Amino acid sequence: MEFLQLLVSGLANGCVYGLIALGFVLIYKATEAVNFAQGDFMMFGAFVALGLNNAEYMGLPFWVAAPLSIAIMALFGYLINYFIIRHLFGQSQTAVVILTIALGFVLRFVAGVIWGHQPQTLVSPLSVGDLRFGSVVLGLADVAIIVTTVLLTFFLYQFFQRTKLGLAMQAASQNQMAAYYMGIPVKRMQGLIWGLAGAVAAVAGILFASKGAIDPNAGLLGIKAFAAAVIGGFGSLPGALVGGLIVGVIEPFASRYMAPGYSQIAPYALLLFVLVFRPHGLFSQIRIKKV
Amino acid sequence: MRIQFKTSYEDDIRLFKDRWSLGVYAALIALAIALPYLLDDFYLGEVTNVLIWAIAGLGLMLLTGQTGQASLGHAAFLAIGAYLNIIMIEAGVPFIIAFPLAGILTGIIGTIIAIPAVRMHGIYLAIATIALSVLADDIIILLDPWTGGVNGKFPPAIDIFGFEIERWTMPGRFYYLVLIVTIICTLFYRNLLRSPLGRAFAAVRDSEVSATAMGIHITRTKAASFGISCGITGLAGSLMGYYAGAFNNETFSLVISITLLMMIVIGGLGSIHGAFFGAIVVAFLPQALSIAKDSFSGATVAIPGLETGVFGLILILFIMFEPMGIYGRWMKIRIWFELFPFARKDMFKRQKSYLKTERLR
Repeated sequence: MEFLQLLVSGLANGCVYGLIALGFVLIYKATEAVNFAQGDFMMFGAFVALGLNNAEYMGLPFWVAAPLSIAIMALFGYLINYFIIRHLFGQSQTAVVILTIALGFVLRFVAGVIWGHQPQTLVSPLSVGDLRFGSVVLGLADVAIIVTTVLLTFFLYQFFQRTKLGLAMQAASQNQMAAYYMGIPVKRMQGLIWGLAGAVAAVAGILFASKGAIDPNAGLLGIKAFAAAVIGGFGSLPGALVGGLIVGVIEPFASRYMAPGYSQIAPYALLLFVLVFRPHGLFSQIRIKKV
Repeated sequence: MRIQFKTSYEDDIRLFKDRWSLGVYAALIALAIALPYLLDDFYLGEVTNVLIWAIAGLGLMLLTGQTGQASLGHAAFLAIGAYLNIIMIEAGVPFIIAFPLAGILTGIIGTIIAIPAVRMHGIYLAIATIALSVLADDIIILLDPWTGGVNGKFPPAIDIFGFEIERWTMPGRFYYLVLIVTIICTLFYRNLLRSPLGRAFAAVRDSEVSATAMGIHITRTKAASFGISCGITGLAGSLMGYYAGAFNNETFSLVISITLLMMIVIGGLGSIHGAFFGAIVVAFLPQALSIAKDSFSGATVAIPGLETGVFGLILILFIMFEPMGIYGRWMKIRIWFELFPFARKDMFKRQKSYLKTERLR
């Protein structure tokens, strides 16, 4: 039974990594850039929800606060793109990488000033209560995380595969100029996708903060989400989720069965291993560029 | 307005463009040598810090600015340099041998790490090097018997043929040591750029496809760049160890890696000046902030994350409005004066570019 407990809590953690990785992949799919601040977006979304919901701040009911904070983060993502990222249009990937890292620092600082550096928990209906299946006890939050993540991934996958808008976004990422020729408003696509990534980050943040405490440095979780995105292969939505689950499940098992000191290395070692032997992830989308 | 006529290839690759620039650099070195007599010990220490950061910046600049490979893991190589140096010193190797050897060994380790890493592209390399930087912390603890783990290491006084150098009691001597290393590294870097290898670096940065077409072995060139870059960074790391006086697994964290990369972007990618300008910003920003904070609030309230927050903000503004960094701005101002009154507004306008993916599906 211990095995099952570890597995479920690992899966729930993995879903949060998967949701952050989903944000990376969304932006990567649509703009060919990587938002290194996605983890900090998640942290910020969690704090916005917390500020709206918790009694010591605004004290709105959870079912009002949660959609509101998702909307706020979507707007936030859109504005970040509108005021900052858009000006880098056509510049190298490295410029965007460095810029988003800097953005993460700024967000961490702002969150620290507004909400303080003490770890806080989102008081939500998800954070209380357990579900019992025989002798296995699952937190309600864990189950909610898993269900939400799977649904979200499914809908986003369908969105990119089936809808006109989703296909236009993919086209815009692969060749900006050709997309312009086809009549796709590339800049508007980018704005929408950043908004979407902000919303996904807010969902991840709400789930994460109802499961455990959050503080301004929680954004560093983003590094583990990188591992998830890379293992899944950047550019594949289900891949990001599976990558997140792999990282999430490895962690509790490594800390249970491996010597202390080696266990926290496990996700990063796996990341390097995948990068060396399958540089484009397990669900590869990238082929060799031929000249 | 100075006009230069180049009549041979030798003219084109000369170390100094003309007598004027030779004179400027000579004056700069003279000033640097006279500095211990002009400043008090505290500011001399700060200038030493600037120079050490500049050496590390030169190392990363070679990789990122010259070869176009962004690395977010250079703190790991700072750590490797620092630990190798101290381990050799404690084993009884004299400083004059241990210090260069630490650099060379770091370079070799860097090359070994680079061989799988250079096959990766852009963001993948950045992510792999982040993982490297995170892993370095844990690996230092695991290698406790050699590295001292969380207790860290305390570098003893440097001894060069009986000539003692110690950072706290004789800051002047330590400053001169760092200055000499800085000058050697800068000259090495400058000469490397004039060599075929340096040209190959720039070719790889600008277009891998055309570099391949010109007969450049991409992987070998990138690995060489990684190796040399790590070597210089290793030297900076061992100096940083001496400067700090004590270091452990947390000294060379991921934040140092990121700061290093941001530093060379603020300074100006792809220029030697950029490394120095960036180092000045990094070294003096904390002081400027604390002075500003005092004059605003009067009290000394500690605001965690303020330095990195402000640093990030500066960086965002630079990338948006002056992607060439401080050096780029400086060059524009200089050219405006040199060409006066012929400078035009659109002289530095960037060509509009579009992104094309490497993904084929």
